[in-house]
Amino acid sequence: MEAAHRSPVFRRWFNRRGWIKITIATPYVWLSLFFLLPFVIVIAMSFATRTPTAPPFSFGGDYPVMNTNHYARLFSDDLYIRAYLNSIGNATLATLMCLLIGYPMALGLTRVSRSWRNVLLMLVILPFWTSFLLRVYAWMGLMGTNSWFNKLLTGAYNWVMPADMALRYIPMMNTGFAVVLVTVYSYLPFMILPLYANLEKLDLSLNEAAMDLGSRPFQVFRDVTLPLSLPGIIAGSLLVFIPASGELIIPSLVGSSSQPMIGRVISDEFASARDWPMASAVAVALLLLLVGPLMAYTYFEGKSLEKKKAEGES
Amino acid sequence: MPEPATTADAKIAQFPRAVAPATKEPPFIRIEGVTKRFGAFTAVSSVSLEIRKGEIFSLLGGSGCGKTTLLRMLAGFEDPTEGRIFIDGQDMTDLPPYERPVNMMFQSYALFPHMTVEKNVAYGLKHMDMTASQRTERVREMLALVQLSDFSHRKPHQISGGQRQRVALARALAKQPKLLLLDEPLAALDKKLREATQFELMDIQDKTGTTFIVVTHDQEEAMTLSSRLAVMDKGRIMQTGTATEVYEYPNSKLVAGFIGSINFFDATVRAAEGDTAEVEVPELGGTVEARAIPGLALGQPITLAIRPEKLTISRGKPATANAFPGKVRDLAYFGKDSLYRIQMPSGRVMSVNSVNARRVGENERVADWEDQVWLSFEPAAAILLKD
Repeated sequence: MEAAHRSPVFRRWFNRRGWIKITIATPYVWLSLFFLLPFVIVIAMSFATRTPTAPPFSFGGDYPVMNTNHYARLFSDDLYIRAYLNSIGNATLATLMCLLIGYPMALGLTRVSRSWRNVLLMLVILPFWTSFLLRVYAWMGLMGTNSWFNKLLTGAYNWVMPADMALRYIPMMNTGFAVVLVTVYSYLPFMILPLYANLEKLDLSLNEAAMDLGSRPFQVFRDVTLPLSLPGIIAGSLLVFIPASGELIIPSLVGSSSQPMIGRVISDEFASARDWPMASAVAVALLLLLVGPLMAYTYFEGKSLEKKKAEGES
Repeated sequence: MPEPATTADAKIAQFPRAVAPATKEPPFIRIEGVTKRFGAFTAVSSVSLEIRKGEIFSLLGGSGCGKTTLLRMLAGFEDPTEGRIFIDGQDMTDLPPYERPVNMMFQSYALFPHMTVEKNVAYGLKHMDMTASQRTERVREMLALVQLSDFSHRKPHQISGGQRQRVALARALAKQPKLLLLDEPLAALDKKLREATQFELMDIQDKTGTTFIVVTHDQEEAMTLSSRLAVMDKGRIMQTGTATEVYEYPNSKLVAGFIGSINFFDATVRAAEGDTAEVEVPELGGTVEARAIPGLALGQPITLAIRPEKLTISRGKPATANAFPGKVRDLAYFGKDSLYRIQMPSGRVMSVNSVNARRVGENERVADWEDQVWLSFEPAAAILLKD
């Protein structure tokens, strides 16, 4: 009170416009300090040259302006291209699986009674209470050749398939399948939660109206629920796809070494090879690969919205 | 001042009691002993109704009276626990909503936000056996009917509330249903628009000949719109009839009190001969001559009800049967009419509605604050109610 009394100018500014300006500024300051600035450093580093010093890079030397060799290597060495393709492929598959499993779950959540809904939502979030690493290790145990889980699946497989195709166990560990499976398991809540938030807001009387106008339940879903949940589908898919494509721990622990993934490549370049500029170039390229299409989508979506609005008003 | 009021009362006296509907053809919609329970709660309790083809029938009642549940059972969104529903002779009770020749206009309108006005109206038509050009033609026709032809390419969020209401109506009518259900069709509109839309709805009903069932809590809306209405309370139908029947001849205190405003008095039957009955009303300090109802017994306690607009205020003692002195406690001027609060010697305050038929100045009113006046009413204006 006393301090405010001493500086009425500040207090007046704060009460009128200041607090809202500070509120808006907070995320900008945060993102600038902890995302934009480090990212600029990474971009700069990607144009540096590797040296046996600490830190292991320097500017200048043979390349007075910038060293673009690392970007050239992205295209010449097929390790990087394979890693990008593997990562994008696995992330796409995992995103589709998450959508396929998560959509019915999210829809189900909106249809159960309120008390049940809270319990079930809790169950969706509950895995976050245990360590992510621990959960991946648990899957390693389950997928191992001697686990009850593997034996169960093998039994089922041998029962269905002809005798000459019988297996002693199903090779799950260190495969692309394992990566996708654990990714789906780990990222499923990121699909369910935005979808649930979107579906929960949908007006159920729209479904009734569609049914009243002659649509069967499946047609109601196709014509009303699905198109109206598109924002939720997009949000959930991005939340799964983006971290899944840069995932490091899952491919390192359960993936195959013959299937390079981009997260592992970056990690290896940084830690094992101590080639920071190369690692930076790989990271920048990944970001461009992911953000490029996203920005294009947002741009065209905004354009078509503007166009529609203009049409509506004419 | 007493003259116009007397003529109005005379008209009421001549009004035929309990108009029997001229029913030659069988009822178009028949609701037979329908009950709906949600767990221990009974939302609709053994309701039976018959509605004729081309009627606008209103279900009127306060919130929670079961009117919406009854409507939803007609649409097929709820299954009746007991009873059956017939439309045009067909048993609809077990049909899902998408197989009923019934369409509904939702209270929230429930327009598909991702479709244009045109697509909304066309939505139900794709399930019908018609060619693309027939479909386009029907949509065009419907949009013309609700005067929205110029808005066909807009999305619902780009049009006004009144326009949205008309899109909802066009969409519900596009399939030419046998029965159109309207859930609080005017509740979301402001007063001016509501009045205009009421007549528009009646006009459209007249053009299409569709049978309308309207759910509303607004008694004025029910009275202007409908050919007949049913007053509901606690899941039961209290009274069915035309607006005039229900307003002028309510069969219970509840119906009388729900529709319009009214003054209630505790009374005792003192005499009942043919058409007239005499009841003693302590709060009025005398006996009142009223029109008799069947089954009156001497000494029986009964309720006397008089509508505020049926009371006449005069300075001198009028030479009629039912005249009582009182004092003006309060007076509210509404322009076309005024509301008086008259206190009787017993302390009881009565509401009196008086039409300002003549143009008078500030100090020329029939009565002013604290004036001693006489209240009078025709015997036919007094309603006797057993419960």
